[in-house]
Amino acid sequence: MTELRKRGGGGDPDSTENISDKETDGDDRLGLCAEGEGEGEGEGEGDFKGDTPDPVPPGDNTPQCLNKALEGLSSRWKNWWIRGILSLTMISGFFLIIYLGPIMLIFVVMSVQIKCFQEIIDIGYRVYHSYELPWFRTLSWYFLVCVNYFFYGETVADYFGALVQREEPLQFLVRYHRFISFALYLSGFCMFVLSLVKKHYRLQFYMFAWTHVTLLIVVTQSHLVIQNLFEGMIWFIVPISIVICNDIMAYIFGFFFGRTPLIKLSPKKTWEGFIGGFFSTVFFGFIGAYLLSQYQYFVCPVEYSSESSRFTSLECEPSELFVMQEYTLPAMVQNIVRWRTVNLYPFQIHSVFLSSFASLIAPFGGFFASGFKRAFKIKDFANTIPGHGGIMDRFDCQYLMATFTHVYIASFIRGPNPTKVLQQLLVLQPAQQLSIFNTLRSHLRKRGMLPPAAMEAQ
Amino acid sequence: MTELRHRGPTENELQHQQSEDKGSDTEGRVDGSSDNETKADTGVPEVPIPPDDTPEVLNKALSGLSSRWRNWWVRGILTLAMISFFFFIIYLGPIVLMMIVMCVQIKCFQEIIHIGYSVYHSYHLPWFRSLSWYFLLCVNYFFYGETVTDYFFTLVQREMPLRILSKYHRFISFALYLTGFCMFVLSLVKKHYRLQFYMFGWTHVTLLIVVTQSHLIIHNLFEGMIWFIVPISCVICNDIMAYMFGFFFGRTPLIKLSPKKTWEGFIGGFFATVVFGILLSYVMAGYSYFVCPVEFNNDSNRFEVDCEPSELFQLQDYTLPAVLASFTGWSTVRLYPFQIHTIALSTFASVMGPFGGFFASGFKRAFKIKDFADTIPGHGGIMDRFDCQYLMATFVNVYIASFIRGPNPSKVIQQLLALRLDQQLNIFNSLKTHLTERGLLPAGEEVA
Repeated sequence: MTELRKRGGGGDPDSTENISDKETDGDDRLGLCAEGEGEGEGEGEGDFKGDTPDPVPPGDNTPQCLNKALEGLSSRWKNWWIRGILSLTMISGFFLIIYLGPIMLIFVVMSVQIKCFQEIIDIGYRVYHSYELPWFRTLSWYFLVCVNYFFYGETVADYFGALVQREEPLQFLVRYHRFISFALYLSGFCMFVLSLVKKHYRLQFYMFAWTHVTLLIVVTQSHLVIQNLFEGMIWFIVPISIVICNDIMAYIFGFFFGRTPLIKLSPKKTWEGFIGGFFSTVFFGFIGAYLLSQYQYFVCPVEYSSESSRFTSLECEPSELFVMQEYTLPAMVQNIVRWRTVNLYPFQIHSVFLSSFASLIAPFGGFFASGFKRAFKIKDFANTIPGHGGIMDRFDCQYLMATFTHVYIASFIRGPNPTKVLQQLLVLQPAQQLSIFNTLRSHLRKRGMLPPAAMEAQ
Repeated sequence: MTELRHRGPTENELQHQQSEDKGSDTEGRVDGSSDNETKADTGVPEVPIPPDDTPEVLNKALSGLSSRWRNWWVRGILTLAMISFFFFIIYLGPIVLMMIVMCVQIKCFQEIIHIGYSVYHSYHLPWFRSLSWYFLLCVNYFFYGETVTDYFFTLVQREMPLRILSKYHRFISFALYLTGFCMFVLSLVKKHYRLQFYMFGWTHVTLLIVVTQSHLIIHNLFEGMIWFIVPISCVICNDIMAYMFGFFFGRTPLIKLSPKKTWEGFIGGFFATVVFGILLSYVMAGYSYFVCPVEFNNDSNRFEVDCEPSELFQLQDYTLPAVLASFTGWSTVRLYPFQIHTIALSTFASVMGPFGGFFASGFKRAFKIKDFADTIPGHGGIMDRFDCQYLMATFVNVYIASFIRGPNPSKVIQQLLALRLDQQLNIFNSLKTHLTERGLLPAGEEVA
């Protein structure tokens, strides 16, 4: 076996058995998606893992001031306090950047994306000991830049339409955007092929695939988050808040009432926490949606206003989703509550669906991340946030949620963006434009939006 | 080491690999040294070689020849067979082409997943085969749904169940994918986490490469069969020409990864492909069968290729630059504009297409396999034949989207009709203003 150990990451990873008790690690907090430190023994450091030596755990990162303040307490309470303080800090930070506005939010999303990407790629490097491949760091970051360029270009073309039409170089970039993105990607691809080194083919292919899967997960979904944001900040805030709320509620319910384990993968999650979290999340989502729907700041789509040259979501006419409507309660509920009708925002009904997804399905994102950490014998993705692990640990449940929100909006809430449709129209051939014009006119006439033809059409 | 030996019964055979690499298409027969790293990392389990698959009839017919010539003949016969088959299915029409593309995609996917199984010895994970095929189905459903919604728009609007499927298409696809994702999470087994994650990643990368690009091919096909035929033919021609030039003139090695490719083959292949592309597109651009976009005719309920050729496919006069004019004695030349685009396509096929082949060679070296599979005798698997095509398909699609056509008008109508009525009215007015400015509408139309 010794020569396998010397060879490092390229060998057959599963030729040795994984010792079973290492898998039942104590890292899972009740109901929380991320793995914390705490009572659980570190699982990675066994010495019979064969040829895939485990990544070295990052050092403890807790700031000195916190350490001093809490040095009196026992280890368990100290962890509690650190986690609690950091949670409050993160939530306050969240509120602050919401206050600062959409542009700030976009920057924060971008930074989170870059950090998550870096964390996952770092794990890949450690697993495969590919630090010595000099090209690979550069190539991974290059691919990140390419994919981001592609996605941001598409977004910019959509939302900054007016600005783009003004500037000539931007127009050129937008028109040939796909071609330019593809050319950039191809250069990276060719550089990868040229960088293949004789004894490291397998490693390099693994890192290539690792980079691409990470890009697929992290980058595409951060862009879905940004597109949700452009729909209206409420579509950004509510999903993220309910995932956080579900985490916290499931933890609390599990702590007080938890008895039946939920899934072997995360032994500290319990059915009581799961169900309690579900109901409380739906409840809080409902209330939160009610509170936020009243403010235009949250409800209006983020528009780029040419006069002030910045993004605002301050003036618009709220769509009918955010206008209070009366709903007749079904007979059963009427008997209980003795109201006949209730005033609700339609958005609150949608929030029930979002909350259900966040409680029922989003935890699978957390299980996936737990399985991933078990598979690669790491405790946390990184050690950026003291007491909580890396950024990825905090955001693993959010990813499915972001995609779901985006698909939900696209399917049930809005149709295509009218500006985009108009843009596409103006690019067509004149003959095609004319035929579309006629089709549209007859359609509008049928619907009564246009007066019937008094004059003969062209 | 012994436990590794048990797993790979044919390890010994692999260590005596032949120096000719049958998997890559354009190997010249120059006797270069192959870079065997058979001795280098024996820690890697070998993939067992699939048994020889040559049909009996061929074997008997060629039994008299020596091994080297026999290989030549087998490859040659199969090449001709594949090219004839290609012509045959072109004759059969676009629907058959689509189905063939679909079959090729499924076979490529199966070959690559199979390699993953062999590498990771994950045969005993019972769920994983089902999950990989399930994900293939989901992604295909998503892409085909988008295509069908675009091109079959009127048909879809007529049938009620299709309308619902089409309106909520993204949601349904996402729900299907999520089900697969949850099943994956639930199927994680204690001792096999890493294996399972590897196979999950492997499946997704394969889907990304194989499925998305087969759909780009189908999009190209719908633009007009010429956009399907010419790129594929250019890549095939480049393969064959580079091989020939390398065989006769090859001297300087091109890249360490494929030691049999030579600069002479590369450059000769480039020029030959450009010439071939120009000639082929000249021949094909004359027929509306190839040139017209594939449309679905609602009345006859089938696909048709019948249209007025766009200006790309109409002969135009080009003035030759002075140097060429004095050289050839012509002052103008009649060309299809499409032929100029073909030069760009051929250039890409000759210069970038081989990188797809190098990538596949590197992949095979990395995982110590000779061919992706043994489906085609003498040539290896389907993936071996198509490795250069993948980059080409994406390039053609991006090229068309950037330089040739704008958005698809039926798709734009679809999006228009999905908007709210007041938004439609706004767009109607903007469009009217625009068209009136351009002079396409008489001024004084009724105002909404």
